[in-house]
Amino acid sequence: MKTTHKRGRRRTPAAAGGRAPAPGATPEAALRSGAQCVVDGLVENGVEVLFGYPGGAVLDIFNVIGDSPLHFILPRHEQGAVHAADGYARASGKVGACLVTSGPGATNTITGLATAFMDGVPLVCVTGQVPLTMIGNDAFQEADTTGITRPVTKHNFLVRSADELPLVMAEAFYIAATGKPGPVVVDVPKDVQRQKTAARRPDQVRIRSYNPDIQADPVQVARLAEAVNRSQRPVLYVGGGAVSGNAAEEVAALARKADMPVTTTLMGLGAFPETDPLSMRMLGMHGSFAANSAVQQCDLLVSVGARFDDRVTGRMDAFAPRATIAHIDIDQSAIGKSVRAHIPVLGYVKPVLQALLTQVEPRRHDAWRRQVSAWEAQHPSFSYTPDRKQIMPQYVVEQIYAATRGQAVIVTDVGQHQMWSAHFYRYTRPRTFISSGGLGTMGFGLPAAIGAQIARPRERVVAICGDGSIQMNFQELVVAVEHDLPVKVVILNNGHLGMVRQWQEIFYRRNYAAVVLGMEKRLPNERVVQPKPQGYLPDFLKLAEAHGACASRVSRPADVAPALREAFDSPRPWVVECIVAPEANVLPMVPPGASLSEMICKLA
Amino acid sequence: MKHIITALVENRPGVLARIVGLISGRSYNIETLNVGPTQNPGTSKMTMVVGGDDHVIEQVTRQVGKLVDVIEVVDVTRRRHLNRELILVEVDTKRHSRAEVLELATLFDARVVAVGERSLTVQMVGDHGSVEDFLRLLQPYAITDISRTGLIAVARGEHGAPAAPPPAAARPPAPKKARKA
Repeated sequence: MKTTHKRGRRRTPAAAGGRAPAPGATPEAALRSGAQCVVDGLVENGVEVLFGYPGGAVLDIFNVIGDSPLHFILPRHEQGAVHAADGYARASGKVGACLVTSGPGATNTITGLATAFMDGVPLVCVTGQVPLTMIGNDAFQEADTTGITRPVTKHNFLVRSADELPLVMAEAFYIAATGKPGPVVVDVPKDVQRQKTAARRPDQVRIRSYNPDIQADPVQVARLAEAVNRSQRPVLYVGGGAVSGNAAEEVAALARKADMPVTTTLMGLGAFPETDPLSMRMLGMHGSFAANSAVQQCDLLVSVGARFDDRVTGRMDAFAPRATIAHIDIDQSAIGKSVRAHIPVLGYVKPVLQALLTQVEPRRHDAWRRQVSAWEAQHPSFSYTPDRKQIMPQYVVEQIYAATRGQAVIVTDVGQHQMWSAHFYRYTRPRTFISSGGLGTMGFGLPAAIGAQIARPRERVVAICGDGSIQMNFQELVVAVEHDLPVKVVILNNGHLGMVRQWQEIFYRRNYAAVVLGMEKRLPNERVVQPKPQGYLPDFLKLAEAHGACASRVSRPADVAPALREAFDSPRPWVVECIVAPEANVLPMVPPGASLSEMICKLA
Repeated sequence: MKHIITALVENRPGVLARIVGLISGRSYNIETLNVGPTQNPGTSKMTMVVGGDDHVIEQVTRQVGKLVDVIEVVDVTRRRHLNRELILVEVDTKRHSRAEVLELATLFDARVVAVGERSLTVQMVGDHGSVEDFLRLLQPYAITDISRTGLIAVARGEHGAPAAPPPAAARPPAPKKARKA
């Protein structure tokens, strides 16, 4: 990295030098500071809401932020800022934006950036940096931000002159939003923020080494259409690309015209209505029996914006063994990465599906549909054993579904509650299920829900969290209170890190190491001292109230619905803690490394 | 199977780190890497030799191609191409006859670039096969130091240039010894 810095001092001669003013050529009034260019760049590129946290290296930017039309939000941790921008982006379809300082500010964004990178969420994150003259000196709050963020961003920039800034800002938004979307970091040294420049925003962004304007090969589309027309047992496998590519309408049209049963990934939830008779619900490790069986038996699997993740495919060599696999994706490296695609189609899913629709003939697959129904009847998706004494976590999600009439934006953390949120709520619209799929980031839920609520102020936003996950970013509740956001947080408190506990139960002979969050049954070498029995810590009621939110706690099944109703009827942020069965499991389950045909539907 | 992959990239700070980081982060096996400017001051050309099956090579090509600063990636192994590597080898001539090393060098059109009391330093330029052959035949002698540029390569018959071979004078000397003897 250091050696390459010497290789060129500027991006391209045309990019900066061409626009730099000759000394004395521009009146002082027409010059802007680098800091102003950053703020103007955000506004010019469509940012309305900025999530940020100040610090020494971004003081100049914060100094001019108050005069901009940006709606500024101050999360209490930089990780929260990025997750909130991420939730905002997923809920709105716009590019999320955040602004943090150098060093620890930048390193605190890594989890958030990696989360957005894995799930293809468009973000622009501006980071402050120590002055150019001090880079490499181990200066106070210096970190090699472009070096550290390189593997978790789509692209990043270290800005070396204020003259570059208007162009870099435009390029950052262009790169974040086009192709497979992703996070872009713009690292701006403090002295660059203070430089003056006459450079203006370019009329148009063109990057010769980056061409996202990909038109699908008509020959491949025609091959795919032919395969669909020939297929007797087709399956449509829909991922997050159909959500981010705004292709839900086309997915539904194709499914209905070609009579193709549809399964979605976790990220694809909402891309096809789960209330539709063609829906087989989610597939994969915690997928439905019908969806996984159909994938294993189908003769044609059409992947739409999905990437054959290991949580979806199970054992790869036994995945969809009878199928011709078609893969529609905008990411060239996703095609053929995990699975050899017989019909690869590189392109945006929406236009590809539109082209496909004109060539696909109306079909009925009654026998195949009957077979899918038979699988569904064999192991209905999804089910659990109700309990009259203790609250089952699945029951809470069902009650949330009922209370919101299926119309809420559900945001989750990561763990068992995430899977139950996928199972027991039926998603009918895109961008109504927001979750960290690829990276699996605990602590994502609350800040992302805040971002989603800001993006969709008139909709009901519910964060469903585990008692483990919520503790990772609880501090952000203050933001919901400050901005009077009616975010509802439902904590499914089972006193455990439940998903890990479930794996320990099934695969590690119930050796519950470090998964108990209550005071009992902790590992001996944790040396937990308990002067007097306290029960569960923290007390979420007190914690929520200390943050200024309303809170309630329920531990009997009959109290769940009234508590949810009370919370949902209130215009205030509200935390509902549900004390749920401590050892409920997410089922069905495909053991890691097993094929989709080897599902565990019931535990002994 | 080893593949030679060339990448035309923007000549910007950090581009090398991007590519190297990507390759190590995805645990691809890179054998040599060479970077240099091109006729256009805005771009650099990288040549890497990567080991792996077709699937790995395809992934390397696509992942590198996806980087924003990368203009073009070519797996030149799949095309008509020229490749060359330059090596400097110092051989201990204490126990062995200097004449034998010299003879070997002559056969491979290698040049002696430094002579010490008990050592010879030889510079050799050749394609992948002849460099490997030369080094294999030097094995019995005591190699005390070696430095290699890594392969560089150009695809042929493209960019409007004639596919015909260049004038003999411009051609690098062909090894006199048959490959894989």
